[in-house]
Amino acid sequence: MSILVDSNTKVLVQGITGGFGGRHAKLSLDYGSQIVAGVTPGKGGQQFEERVPVFDTVSQAVEQTGATASAIFVPPPFAADAILEGVDADLDLVICITEGIPVKDMIRVKNAMKGCKTRLIGPNCPGLVTPGDGEDSKGGCRIGIAPGYIHKKGNIGVVSRSGTLTYEAVWQLTCKGVGQSTCVGIGGDPVNGTSHLDVIKMFNDDPDTHGIIMIGEIGGSAEEEAAAWIQEHCQKPVAGFIAGTTAPPGRRMGHAGAIVSGGKGTAEAKIAAFKDAGIHVAQTPSEMADVLLQAM
Amino acid sequence: MNIHEYQAKELLAQHGVAVPSGHACQTVEQAVEVAKGLFDEGHSMIVIKSQIHAGGRGKGTFKSGFQGGVHLSRNLEDASAKIQSMLGEVLVTKQTGPEGRRVKTLLVASAESIVSELYLAVLLDRETSQPLIMASTEGGMDIEEVAEKSPEKIVKLQVDPSMGLMAHQARRIAAELQLPSGLIGQAAKCLMGVYQTFWECDASLVEINPFCIVEKADGSQAMAAVDAKISIDDNALYRHAAIQQMRDLGEEAPLEIEASRFDLNYIKLDGNIACLVNGAGLAMATMDIIKHYGGEPANFLDVGGGATTEQVTAAFRIILSDPNVKGILVNIFGGIMQCDVIAAGIVAAAKETNLSLPLVVRLEGNNVALGKEILENSGLSLVSGDSMADAAQKIVAAVG
Repeated sequence: MSILVDSNTKVLVQGITGGFGGRHAKLSLDYGSQIVAGVTPGKGGQQFEERVPVFDTVSQAVEQTGATASAIFVPPPFAADAILEGVDADLDLVICITEGIPVKDMIRVKNAMKGCKTRLIGPNCPGLVTPGDGEDSKGGCRIGIAPGYIHKKGNIGVVSRSGTLTYEAVWQLTCKGVGQSTCVGIGGDPVNGTSHLDVIKMFNDDPDTHGIIMIGEIGGSAEEEAAAWIQEHCQKPVAGFIAGTTAPPGRRMGHAGAIVSGGKGTAEAKIAAFKDAGIHVAQTPSEMADVLLQAM
Repeated sequence: MNIHEYQAKELLAQHGVAVPSGHACQTVEQAVEVAKGLFDEGHSMIVIKSQIHAGGRGKGTFKSGFQGGVHLSRNLEDASAKIQSMLGEVLVTKQTGPEGRRVKTLLVASAESIVSELYLAVLLDRETSQPLIMASTEGGMDIEEVAEKSPEKIVKLQVDPSMGLMAHQARRIAAELQLPSGLIGQAAKCLMGVYQTFWECDASLVEINPFCIVEKADGSQAMAAVDAKISIDDNALYRHAAIQQMRDLGEEAPLEIEASRFDLNYIKLDGNIACLVNGAGLAMATMDIIKHYGGEPANFLDVGGGATTEQVTAAFRIILSDPNVKGILVNIFGGIMQCDVIAAGIVAAAKETNLSLPLVVRLEGNNVALGKEILENSGLSLVSGDSMADAAQKIVAAVG
């Protein structure tokens, strides 16, 4: 099984006619994901890859195709609006890949989304993958930019702020013959739609997720919040890795959310919180899979 | 992006916050003229403040031996001497590092007597994703120390972003700061102005420390933002042309400036093993794993997902401009990035820079087979790493 998305999920892509969106929409199609529509204002009526209809608005796309999830590949000045358009169309899931959205825009988006049924994942995230049964795990659902072939269908849930570190963990598992239920990238921004804890609760409730890998980094307190809950409630073994032990304080390390400010958000504090909560800590990213498998 | 105190005060003044009258000066003549003007206006005391993007200026020392980066003065002759001792000199503070910063600008301003020092800041509360106002009676101090030793002295208020800071909320904070009734109105106006500055300028932090009750020449009391620090969200600079103009390249490391020209995320560190990675999390983890195996990372460098050959070559050149660098680790897991593109970039860059240092390359992800083939056929002497751990151990061993 899986959480959030599976091979039946119908996905639309906002920004499908752009280079970035188009390339990854195609890779998702190749993977077997059900990309049923694209949305680019002004390009309604076109066809993407000769098979995916493009619409002017998300509402039209939803009405015509029954899509329930959207992947957003829209440039930063317009991405917040794109997210809210997805929310307005009552989608179950909006996954925003875009990096560089101003924090203020996201503060406003998150505030506007209160009480709405739509779940936002990201922004500044690689998306999510529920691997399939086919060759190179095809036949599942790939939304975003992750390389499909590294996945394998199975029972480990992966949740991470970092894209490429997620791929590390996933590939390690796959190489050991251990598959994944769903891999979720929540993104590197300080204001995001879905936290580690949100995903871990879902993994905890998913009968087909038997173990969890959680990847965090400096900045904020999301990992500590998740650790406290895990200690009290999580039924499944969790392995964790925190990036940024060598990061200098006060500097933004690539990700807008990866910053130690006012002494808060250090890697040391997060690692300590993990250990206190009984989360098995990988000292290096190369051990993430081994640490989890040993704990299982 | 950080801006200077005088620039922060300009933005605050535009939003109705009371700031002391003053002017930023880049020449001795200009500074002396401003000082004279302030004395002529009737101010009995002025302050001369070094403008650098670092705190601890008051207690700092110039490399010339002149003590203190912030000076009060009561007459023009004294002010003139102080101006000449500060402008153009290098100031070392606890936050600048031993190399210090050259003071190219002085803020010359009126200095009313301070009755009390408060603290005021607006920042993002990451736990609630809302703006947070932090205020305290303990101004003029390190707020982190206050937070640790007497957290009850910090007033916190979350602001509903759709409403902004409302007047009654501002008055409540002013009352909680134990301000006299006669100053509540003024303080509330300042608080609202500070919040508006934060919100409208897309700031990640606006900090007024100290936020003061001052005594004016006529004996009455007023509120004033005596110091100000503002950081602007880099992601929002595109929509603030005037603030973009406030960027001070002299406050940024030359290699980091060069990297930003190519849209590369680069931060210089002190070690000798350079890294080039795609993805911020992986880049941080690469620095961490180098250290784990006994090496010292020379930099953080995220080439991002769409790095072109030009960017990779620029990245190599920037890395190699750091004289400390004795070896390079390239760690790429291709998601957006494709391994053949990065491989072609590495080959081109190594050839163009005549690379003779040890190079360990670890590739994984989209088009990995093609990427590895390009590296093998390149004729370059480089070592392949199978995993991150393997690659890190190899470069640490090669650099020794």
